[in-house]
Amino acid sequence: MTAISRDEVAHLARLARLSVTDEELDRFASQLDVILQAVARVGEVATADIPPTSHAVPLTNVMREDRVTPGLTAEEALAGAPDVAEGRFRVPRILEEEQ
Amino acid sequence: MTELTSLPATRLAALIAAGDVSAVEVTRAHLDRIAATDGLVHAFLHVDADGALAAAEAVDAAVRAGERLGPLAGVPVALKDVFTTKGMPTTCGSAILKGWVPPYDATIVTRLRDAGLPILGKTNMDEFAMGSSTEYSAFGPTRNPWDPSRTPGGSGGGSAAAVAAHQAPLAIGTDTGGSIRQPGALTGTVGAKPTYGGVSRYGLVAFSSSLDTPGPAARTVADAAALHAVIAGHDPRDSTSIPQPVPDVVGAAARGADGDLSGVRLGLVRELAGEGAEPGVVAAFEAAVDTLTKLGARVEEVSCPHFTYALPAYYLIAPSECSSNLARFDGVRYGLRVGDDGTRPLEEVMAMTRQAGFGPEVKRRIMLGTYALSSGYYEAYYGQAQKVRTLISRDFQAAFERVDVLVSPTTPFVAFPFGARTGDPYQMYLADLYTIPSNLYGGPAISVPCGLADGLPVGLQVMAPTMADDRMYLVAAALESALPQPSPPPLKAAPAA
Repeated sequence: MTAISRDEVAHLARLARLSVTDEELDRFASQLDVILQAVARVGEVATADIPPTSHAVPLTNVMREDRVTPGLTAEEALAGAPDVAEGRFRVPRILEEEQ
Repeated sequence: MTELTSLPATRLAALIAAGDVSAVEVTRAHLDRIAATDGLVHAFLHVDADGALAAAEAVDAAVRAGERLGPLAGVPVALKDVFTTKGMPTTCGSAILKGWVPPYDATIVTRLRDAGLPILGKTNMDEFAMGSSTEYSAFGPTRNPWDPSRTPGGSGGGSAAAVAAHQAPLAIGTDTGGSIRQPGALTGTVGAKPTYGGVSRYGLVAFSSSLDTPGPAARTVADAAALHAVIAGHDPRDSTSIPQPVPDVVGAAARGADGDLSGVRLGLVRELAGEGAEPGVVAAFEAAVDTLTKLGARVEEVSCPHFTYALPAYYLIAPSECSSNLARFDGVRYGLRVGDDGTRPLEEVMAMTRQAGFGPEVKRRIMLGTYALSSGYYEAYYGQAQKVRTLISRDFQAAFERVDVLVSPTTPFVAFPFGARTGDPYQMYLADLYTIPSNLYGGPAISVPCGLADGLPVGLQVMAPTMADDRMYLVAAALESALPQPSPPPLKAAPAA
């Protein structure tokens, strides 16, 4: 029995914004199937009344004084960007032509 | 190998402070050693000779002026390439960040600079710290100084190999599932994962935020403790940083070096007692436990029944967090952008950028995490793994009511040849079998050399309760005092990896 199909892997790749190749899809599908069957063992443990742990440190709502401290300048923040225009990050178009 | 590159960090610091040797001489000796050996070892992705020498010069000026120095002032350090360094490239071993120069320093980097440790450069790693052999670096693997046809472990193989090859007396790593301890074991060096929250993550490029823990790598336990003390402590810039004093790790390492463990209770974890481990690893580990008994420790077997589910739980939790964290690499604010030809829309450019910029293991984990978090599967996978995490923490807490520390081999196998585990991702995951429980619990753990198997180093792991980091240094230092320090054979060229 397989845990995950090639079509499901293709769907995951779209969700994760990875334009994987057909050859990668074949390989990832078989590898993810092996991994998922192994990690599915967590389901063997009875956990009906067990709370989840999201974090090892029992800290909540850490507060600090709201003091102004120096931050990055716009130039510094933009310095590593692949494309910049008019002091902003430039991105490819987001909307389709006819909208 | 000159003497300066063979001395422990604590000894170098004393010589520098006394004016017997200059920080510049010490730094230059290590830079020379890197130049002579890194063509073979490939521990470094970037060497900052000018920056390191300038920092050393500043320490020497302070010595001449009679200023008070920090305990490791002038001792050079290598930094895993996962911490942001202002003005110095930071790649995380990934093509997607090739050439990126961050505009700010990680808190750890600030602390190293303030303490006067010259930063030699950035060390190689599995891409975004995902891997156990450094073979998943986009910039080529690091070789193990013990046998250049084998991996140094990972993900922090560069930091461990740099220390083992005497290119640096000290290095910084990060440990999410064993990435400091496992390469420590495979290179015959000391690697420590502090308590989660004990060392700041500010400026550490996130892989799995609830698990990532920076920590020290060194050739001696005392050196690791000294570096731990420099980098640890509360940081208001990290909301998971613990606002408590750092345990006295330096004092504990010094007491442990006396070799007296009377009154210390060691727990031998039945579930980590060598199932799936190589016979040579089990033999070296058992001999080391005998040594600890001779030093006065009382050893008893304890059971942590949920530890057998730690690996499956980890490989759901860590990929889930990674799939979320790595969404930031979208070709907008930093790094690579591919396919932006003026006709393609944003989403297509993002998908092409991520496809070109990420390697196979990162893609696998992003998709695995996307799956575990998707509706319909969330409860069965991610939700269930979080509950198992609770049970693993309870196993630790119950064990620590009976014993002071837990011990196990660090990893099931010694350094493995290149290519031995890359074909089957799950075989690579098994390298972290014994190190993962402490990450899920959040407690500190250290790997200390405990002998050889077939001429390759074996590590013993000491696990302690959260914020009891001093205990693991005590036991590790005692074991170290009773065993010969492992020393790799002289470096020689090997066939291509």
